[in-house]
Amino acid sequence: MARKGESWGRWPRPADQALHALQRRDEALPVGERTLLAHGQGRSYGDSCLNDGGRLLLTRGLDHFLHFDAEAGVITCEAGVTLGEVLSAVLPRGWFLPVTPGTRFATVGGALANDVHGKNHHRNGSFGDHVLAFELVRSDGSRQLVRPGEPLFAATVGGLGLTGVVSWLQLKLQRVVGPWMAVESVRFEGLADFFALSAESAGTHEYTVAWVDCLARGKALGRGHFLRANHAPAGASGRLPGRGLSMPVTPPFALVNRLTLRPFNTLYFQRQQARSRASVQHYAPYFYPLDGIRDWNRMYGPRGFLQHQCVLPPSTARDAVAALLGEIARSGQGSFLAVLKEFGDREAPGLMSFARPGTTLALDFPRAGPSTLALLDRLDAIVSAAGGALYPAKDARMSPAMFRAGQPRLEEFIPHLDPAFSSSFWRRVME
Amino acid sequence: MQRILVIGASSAIAQATAREYAQGGARLFLVARDANRLETIAADLRVRGATVDAHVLDANDIAGHAAMLDAAWAALGTVDLALVAHGTLPDQAECSASVETSLKEFATNGTSVIALCIALAQRLQAPATLAVISSVAGDRGRASNTLYGSAKAAVTAFTSGLRQALNGSGVNVLTIKPGFVDTPMTAAFKKGALWATPEQVARGIVRAVAKRKSVAYLPGFWWGIMRVITHIPEFVFRRIKL
Repeated sequence: MARKGESWGRWPRPADQALHALQRRDEALPVGERTLLAHGQGRSYGDSCLNDGGRLLLTRGLDHFLHFDAEAGVITCEAGVTLGEVLSAVLPRGWFLPVTPGTRFATVGGALANDVHGKNHHRNGSFGDHVLAFELVRSDGSRQLVRPGEPLFAATVGGLGLTGVVSWLQLKLQRVVGPWMAVESVRFEGLADFFALSAESAGTHEYTVAWVDCLARGKALGRGHFLRANHAPAGASGRLPGRGLSMPVTPPFALVNRLTLRPFNTLYFQRQQARSRASVQHYAPYFYPLDGIRDWNRMYGPRGFLQHQCVLPPSTARDAVAALLGEIARSGQGSFLAVLKEFGDREAPGLMSFARPGTTLALDFPRAGPSTLALLDRLDAIVSAAGGALYPAKDARMSPAMFRAGQPRLEEFIPHLDPAFSSSFWRRVME
Repeated sequence: MQRILVIGASSAIAQATAREYAQGGARLFLVARDANRLETIAADLRVRGATVDAHVLDANDIAGHAAMLDAAWAALGTVDLALVAHGTLPDQAECSASVETSLKEFATNGTSVIALCIALAQRLQAPATLAVISSVAGDRGRASNTLYGSAKAAVTAFTSGLRQALNGSGVNVLTIKPGFVDTPMTAAFKKGALWATPEQVARGIVRAVAKRKSVAYLPGFWWGIMRVITHIPEFVFRRIKL
């Protein structure tokens, strides 16, 4: 369990943050000097789920399902219900989340506020594309039912919790046969292969994503494994997931460091020698490999870690991804899992949504000090020159200019802000 | 399919326990005093797989117990498990300041529970379980929660006696003694290593019911802690601030 009122990267740590646990979806919001921000499971990595100097409204107590229409595949639940809890309730009746990020411990409210995406963005878009309605509670005491097409819908989807608190929402699910995934892993030797595999797989596979060896240089630059999958047809079965591991304590230093990164990346790349390997996997290890290690963020030691996820427009993506990987390999400060994915060519449902046409690269770095921040600034320069954007849910340090450059609809969004709501992230990027 | 009566259904532990049983498709009859809250909880458990009826009652309305139990038996046919989970966590300073508050809180946490146990013992048919949530606080009176602890001590002693009386009848009486539990009421507190989630406690209750245990400390390490606390000599204990 994340410490209450912290984010998943465990940095920054708020110095003065009041906590208020919401217990009922119809309760009035607290009033006072402090600004407000809804906070679910604290699975955002940086400071977008923090409100230093203000007050967090803890939503985890709002964890009730309100209704499930098992014929139509429509679930209605309070905002503090987690994605995993939705899956547990709907999968036995043949339904699945239409979009899921890499953790099932996030709440549906958080998924809406960050308009999260998954490996099926090229098919299903982002989370907000499947939200049929939600209730928005504002600091003026009003409660409004908001539906797609309304201005507050586009502002709240991806709106980082700044338009008010979502008390409940309604989500359209997708039909599946069962819990099994037909997965194929294809080894590739460079970025050109990645883009070819992405283009080839978009029409045949619902889920595509690649892991890249971010420490490989020269001819091996951009080598990795391309993972593509579909929900397995009836009759498929495989190994059920085990109980999982946990990081019960925080080690005194980051286990992810210069000594461990290169062997890990090389071994990870070399463990599959065949070009292609097919398997049937349970959905849990397929979608949520890191959920199998409870509190895995402690692996990065007491100083925490920083994520860097960018999206690059199609016209510049190839060169920019190569430049980013080259810069990281040169620095030697690689990340355990560099994840590369082609987004689909579709319009985002939210004014501030992150997922947009192009290529996304996600990285994590142990927070080693000024050298890490300097590297991230160099990566930002590449992203910025390529016309790309960074993902607020993963950010703890981008500059205001970088934020503005990535949000072309920012001026449309601002009128929808709730004046009593704010976040550490928002104050930082709106300086 | 298990047929389960839950009294105090809006308590965090009761909700988590009902969710455990809902996954298995249980038939539930829920009792709580707040109609809106009860409606939300019933809807939630339906989505999680249970069939649910709900009944609004304040457990302190002793005269209303019989009608509630009639309704439960009518809805469920018979009852495999009755979970008595209602309670409050009174402020000891307020109790010390007022006899009236003290007696009211004692009624909520002690007398009304005993009244329900008597009525349930008359109705439950073997094989069945009467599971009652007491507390580690009932094992020894302490200054910080004298009233609450004494009400729970009454519940612990009563369920112990009832367990003996019903021994061999096929109706098991289970006394549940949770330690510190992280409920919505305590959500904003700093938590130490001793705190458990309602979900952990709920899984312990399901296990204890299935094993037909007599007493369940939840989590189990509280058994050890309470052995120590109950064995501290009185001349030492009276000087400790607990």
